[in-house]
Amino acid sequence: MDLTVRGVVRRFGAVTALAGVDLTVAEGELLTILGPSGSGKTTLLKVVAGFEIPDEGTVHLGTADVTMAPPRSRDVGMVFQNYALFPHLTVAQNVAFPLEMRRLPKPERTQRVAEALALVELTDYGHRLPRQLSGGQQQRVALARAIVFKPRLLLLDEPFGALDRKLRESMQLEVRRLQRRLRLTTLFITHDQEEALILSDRIAVMSAALIEQVGTPAEVYARPATRFVADFVGESNLLDGIATEGHGAEVSGLGRVQAGASTGAPGARATLLLRPEALRVGAEAAALPNRASARILETVFLGLSVKLRLQVEGGPEMLARLPLRPSAPLPVTEGEVVPLGFATEDVHVIRHG
Amino acid sequence: MAHARRQPRNLGRILLTIFAGLVFAFLMLPLLVVFPISVSSASYLQFPPPGFSWQWYQRYLEDPVWIEATIRSFKVAILCTVLSMGLGVPLSFALVRSRLRGMRIADRLVAAPIIVPNIIISIAIYSLFAKLQLIGVWYGIAVAHTILALPFVVILVSAGLRTFDEAQEQAAMGLGASWPVAVWRITLPQLRPSLISAAFLAFVTSFDELVIAMFLSGASMTLPKKMFDNIMLEIDPTIAAVSVLQIFLACICLGVATLFGRGVVPGTAGR
Repeated sequence: MDLTVRGVVRRFGAVTALAGVDLTVAEGELLTILGPSGSGKTTLLKVVAGFEIPDEGTVHLGTADVTMAPPRSRDVGMVFQNYALFPHLTVAQNVAFPLEMRRLPKPERTQRVAEALALVELTDYGHRLPRQLSGGQQQRVALARAIVFKPRLLLLDEPFGALDRKLRESMQLEVRRLQRRLRLTTLFITHDQEEALILSDRIAVMSAALIEQVGTPAEVYARPATRFVADFVGESNLLDGIATEGHGAEVSGLGRVQAGASTGAPGARATLLLRPEALRVGAEAAALPNRASARILETVFLGLSVKLRLQVEGGPEMLARLPLRPSAPLPVTEGEVVPLGFATEDVHVIRHG
Repeated sequence: MAHARRQPRNLGRILLTIFAGLVFAFLMLPLLVVFPISVSSASYLQFPPPGFSWQWYQRYLEDPVWIEATIRSFKVAILCTVLSMGLGVPLSFALVRSRLRGMRIADRLVAAPIIVPNIIISIAIYSLFAKLQLIGVWYGIAVAHTILALPFVVILVSAGLRTFDEAQEQAAMGLGASWPVAVWRITLPQLRPSLISAAFLAFVTSFDELVIAMFLSGASMTLPKKMFDNIMLEIDPTIAAVSVLQIFLACICLGVATLFGRGVVPGTAGR
């Protein structure tokens, strides 16, 4: 069911955790709240789950106003950061708990538990205790418990944080597949921008108690609305300059940079974003409209690509990322001075710099 | 090499075992004196006893005053346990979970009855209960004992509650439980070891208590009061026999407590 959050404010004494948050999650959509710790994302989750009552604003599930409703009547499945499995109950008893609370008859309960455990591929683990399972398995039990009662909304609170990298990636994809298959409306909380890009239909980036931008992962990455979003999502080169006529801006050290869109009124401040992979180095740079010359300060080999830290002569330090082929040698060396270039359409103008 | 390195660890272990044995002996020796005296054939307290006899156990079982005192003590201790658990467990939740600043101070004050000398508490309660006409009734003693037992309950249950992950209670509520149901189904079962120890301590505190009982029991004596009177008036080994029976009771309680306190998680006991 769709979720609508309108004008939600929550204060704790002098601290404002949510300063008027508006958000809509469409039916069947996975929306990620992405933000650093302290940005208010956990408070927002608690308001949606019913563990916090907002000082102002409303929360609707479908057409029902649940702002003041206690958690138990919201029909929201939640996976906690550390799973919060009940250690004194077996896996099957854990998964059956929400069904028991809904007073489902025993045969149906047993069947639904079996279905849910099958969904997370833990069919034979029903009689085990949570502590007899690995981290990934515990995570799946938590997920089964959150979806077994067919909730109207699924909440995931940084559920992958405790897993090692390999397992995390496979769990992310598994959750994604399950969510799509069951068409579960899902609100996902994370501070990990990579995770957000992988999983989300849409991302809402939060900072300082407010949502800065909502958009698809591609939009948020390629066209961030604010400087914070540009900086928080992915790696970025942020260039401060003065807008000139004809989609350009004067950036110290780089001269006139040509952007793909209007940079604003001439003479006004302009913030330009250039993703590291948009930079071209060496011979490729020659044909591009924006050019400079830079010294390579550092190269970081990343397997798929190489990351370069560059010092533009008389200008800013920049990051570049060049794709690599396993058979090819590194195209550059540290200390070398190379031509640098980028296309106009790769220069994004940040509206609220 | 590995062998040589193990040597000092073994020495430490031996020293620790000796130390533990000595402390244990210190704790257990009084029992070794009481038990022989209880089966003594002499008619006064004498150690070592000159001969064997069950007469003091018989004396105890046949004397209606002893038996009445014993039954009364059980009633008092059971009511005291029920009251201190009924008051102490909710109080622990309030103290641990409340965000009010006053609760911090209250948390410190809970231990007060342990610190205040029993005799002071007894005098205070005596004058109050005299007005309420609660002197000489068994439930009056139970209420007074609750004051002594409550701190133990609150300290044990709060300690258990502090280490409990509150997210589990939230999870239960999110999954459809009301708060009382979440506490009953999720929190309390995991606090079971603390709850059992607390109940045991409350029971023993009351069952063993003398000073308050002396002030409040009047003619209706509890077992410790009867034992005290026995020493004052006759000094015969009946008291040793009663002591041994009390020790057995405590052992049974402890055994039951360990049996049910363990295996917070079902299925582990059988493995």
